[in-house]
Amino acid sequence: MLSYLWFGMIAASFFCALCTGHMEQLSKAALDGADRAIQLLLSMAGVMCLWTGLMKIADKGGLTSSAAKLFSPVLAKLMPDYDKDSPAMRAVSANITANLLGLGNAATPFGLAAMREMQKTNSLRTSPNNSMVMFVIINTASVQLIPTTIAALRQAASSIQPYSILPHIWITSVLTLAAGILLAGLFMIKR
Amino acid sequence: MNQVGIYIIPFVIVLIVLYGAFKKVDLFAAFTDGAKEGIHALISIAPSLIGLVTAVTMLEASGFFDILTNCCRPVCAVLGIPPEVLPLGLMRPVTGSGSFAMLNAILEKFGADSLIGKTASVMAGSTETTFYAVTVYFGSVGLKNTRCTLPAALTADMLGIVFAAWCVRCFP
Repeated sequence: MLSYLWFGMIAASFFCALCTGHMEQLSKAALDGADRAIQLLLSMAGVMCLWTGLMKIADKGGLTSSAAKLFSPVLAKLMPDYDKDSPAMRAVSANITANLLGLGNAATPFGLAAMREMQKTNSLRTSPNNSMVMFVIINTASVQLIPTTIAALRQAASSIQPYSILPHIWITSVLTLAAGILLAGLFMIKR
Repeated sequence: MNQVGIYIIPFVIVLIVLYGAFKKVDLFAAFTDGAKEGIHALISIAPSLIGLVTAVTMLEASGFFDILTNCCRPVCAVLGIPPEVLPLGLMRPVTGSGSFAMLNAILEKFGADSLIGKTASVMAGSTETTFYAVTVYFGSVGLKNTRCTLPAALTADMLGIVFAAWCVRCFP
């Protein structure tokens, strides 16, 4: 998938530069781009690690597991095929809480465990049941307390207020999540 | 709204450190542990970021984005989206590193605190790499049929672009 996209981007830039006469700029850009990537990584590194470090403190203190308990009643409503206290739902809440805190590395193993547990009692076998679809839909939306990468990127681009967009991101991501859940619900009723 | 952004950072930092101290966490060890994970995450995205930042920089220099932006201007005007953020919207569900590269290009070109820069930041921060999540999660249990997951998630992503634009315009 990414191979096609990457090929498409490079081919498009070549033909576009050919038509618009930007070949000189393109040649410079190709060499600048690689350099820019490393500069970007370096300028993001500090802020990113500050947040992953802080979130680790919260995680070690048990915030993830107590927040997971808070969410489990809501999640049980969205995924009615599984019992609130089942191993599947425990993994689901752990995954969603870790995502919320921006602990991406911790979230993925919980998510994979959740899928494994849910598949065990999935009566459809070869296709996901409604709860599994809901779970993945929630994972394609990103509700995050501190969107660390975005803040780090804005800081790297010398923003005066790198964090001023936090409330906007919260509102937008919650709206997008709600839209995803509603749409999935609608599509599932229709079939 | 900007005031919220100013207070939130010191508040969250103090809150986390207090919480950790209250729960008797070995604060500094936990912090360095997490920071190390951050470094590992950065190193693991470095190769793809180099490839994709190069491709995005080339596309930008070739004038491709200007053409795309101008073509989509009328549709975007109806929806209230700045057309300059559209390439990011198309990239977001497909690749995480690619959309960071794209966001970086937009922030450098239009300024991080401009309307376009803010809209792009909100867009990039409020949705996940949809194709990645769907492939990894369903793939892990061997499910090829994903029913309505992709149509629902991608429609939500498109709506997300509109929500982001509205949100930034309503609360500048």
